[in-house]
Amino acid sequence: MSTLEIIDLHVAVETEDGPKEILKGVSLTIRDGETHAIMGPNGSGKSTLAYSIAGHPKYAITSGQILLDGVDVVEMTVDERARAGLFLAMQYPVEVPGVSVANFLRTAKTAIDGEAPKLRTWIKDVNAALQQADLDPSFSQRSVNEGFSGGEKKRHEIAQLELLNPKVAVLDETDSGLDIDALKVVSAGVNRFAAAGDKSVLLITHYTRILRYIKPDFVHVFVDGRIAEDGGPELADQLEAEGYDKYVKVRA
Amino acid sequence: MTITEAPNVAGALETVAPGTVSSHLHPAGSFDVADHVVPQGREEVWRFTPLKRLRGLHQDAPLTGGDFKVSTHAAPGVVAHIVPASDPIRGTSGLIPRDRVSARVWAATESLYVVDIPAETSVAEVTTVQFTGLDATDAIAAHLLIRIGAFSKATVVVQFDGSATLAENVEIVVGDGASLTVVTVQDWADDAVHHSTQQARVGRDATLKHVAVTFGGDVVRHDMTADFGGPGGSLELLGLYFADAGQHIEHRLFVDHNAPKTRSNVVYKGALQGEGAHAVWIGNVLIRKVAEGIDTYEENRNLVLTDGCQADSVPNLEIETGEIEGAGHASATGRFDDNQLFYLRSRGIEEKEARRLVVHGFFNDLIRRIDVPELEGKLLATVEAELATTVLAGG
Repeated sequence: MSTLEIIDLHVAVETEDGPKEILKGVSLTIRDGETHAIMGPNGSGKSTLAYSIAGHPKYAITSGQILLDGVDVVEMTVDERARAGLFLAMQYPVEVPGVSVANFLRTAKTAIDGEAPKLRTWIKDVNAALQQADLDPSFSQRSVNEGFSGGEKKRHEIAQLELLNPKVAVLDETDSGLDIDALKVVSAGVNRFAAAGDKSVLLITHYTRILRYIKPDFVHVFVDGRIAEDGGPELADQLEAEGYDKYVKVRA
Repeated sequence: MTITEAPNVAGALETVAPGTVSSHLHPAGSFDVADHVVPQGREEVWRFTPLKRLRGLHQDAPLTGGDFKVSTHAAPGVVAHIVPASDPIRGTSGLIPRDRVSARVWAATESLYVVDIPAETSVAEVTTVQFTGLDATDAIAAHLLIRIGAFSKATVVVQFDGSATLAENVEIVVGDGASLTVVTVQDWADDAVHHSTQQARVGRDATLKHVAVTFGGDVVRHDMTADFGGPGGSLELLGLYFADAGQHIEHRLFVDHNAPKTRSNVVYKGALQGEGAHAVWIGNVLIRKVAEGIDTYEENRNLVLTDGCQADSVPNLEIETGEIEGAGHASATGRFDDNQLFYLRSRGIEEKEARRLVVHGFFNDLIRRIDVPELEGKLLATVEAELATTVLAGG
């Protein structure tokens, strides 16, 4: 089972002028096996939602709940949330100089599983995941994200998704900055993950392009820190045709 | 017309008589102790150093005492021996004491430790010199000279441990076309004071890799100058240090590009932890008018692990010719990068383990570049032990 429930979530960040509320009451339920897409204009708070779910210290949850299979993760640390089964594919993956991809993946896998993976099968698994993400096996000897191209960083995130095998994957604009080939590789990875069953996916994106390759069950339009409209895949088609003007103008 | 011949540039260049030290960054040398007044602490080269903790090395403390032992393992083909101070080998690196401590060591030295690698000899095995101090009360003077003949290749590791008040002069002479790696490991007890003045001369088309690893000691102050005996030489200066509470670790480097087509690459990385931990890095590079086509880069990075630490990092570049391949420097001092920790933790890795990974990563590429397999394990273990006191203890 893997169900993510977000209940009336309010999130603020510290600014020079005091706390500023970014998320103003977000409620969303992603049931077992579902893929939801959140779409919205720049600055609407989409990434804040992703980071808040993962537990980034910059974002203070002022009220509301985030339940993973009924357990509130708000009081959990970042790493506890990951070990509970949350995974965030980041829009801007961070470089960690001097730490090899192999060491990083193995340390993460050990932390998530609570025991070190079996050496022989693990190396095979890593190479397979890299290959499926269209990354050369030599990547495992490079420093984490250091000197990676934008596309390589995103494909590396997807390789991690497959290896760490979480319950819930949150993909924060994983499609941005990808050329069409990389987009296909990334989408195929997400689809493989979702097809494994007992998984849920929250896909955050600015563009409809990725929805040609990953079919969402539900689409939510995100405006000004709230969900402005819910719908099925047809909502994405409507956004493709009309853009976000309608929602932004209503607000103004 | 070259850039340096352009009227506006030519007018701005200082011209100096040959044979004098033209750098603003270093006082002229002299063998006569009387030429070096007792430093007061306001002098540019002394302003970071806690003189009161030097136990009079910079004043007139006798340099005759102190119990210590030296054990040497000379690899086959390498000659390690002691010669009298009158031996003409002394001074062949071009060492001229630039401060009072070094001049006093020169005057007090009666013999030299010499590690000599003959010409056209390739030595795979590491030669080690182990200095163990047994008493820090009375100061010791020592002079070490490492010489490698033309077209030879060797690695020499000098390790210090125990308690001592040691003032030393070190000379490194690299013959034409030779390739030498010298590593000094300062793994002192907490009460040691170590002042080291080093001079390296890199021959034509020769390569010197010089590595300073400093973990222990109360005050460690190393002042190294490197220059070139001919064109085409290459210099790699690497440093790794860990300053704990109350420790003063100072590395001063002066690369004198006095020959064309020479290269230098300087990378010093350090971590600081605990109240009063103080690291100083001075990276001076002079590119003389003759040194056309050279390439130099220097970099210092400090990772501050706790409150109460101080890191001073001063890169200086004096350029007297514009006809060069490249010249640059970088300096950065910072705490843990929160984004790195978040990224690692978001993959399930506990905070402590994430910090450990980041610090290991910080040092790893440097340890790899040292490329002395015999040392690698020891260095990693020492980094781990240092981390155990803070990063892994919670914090």
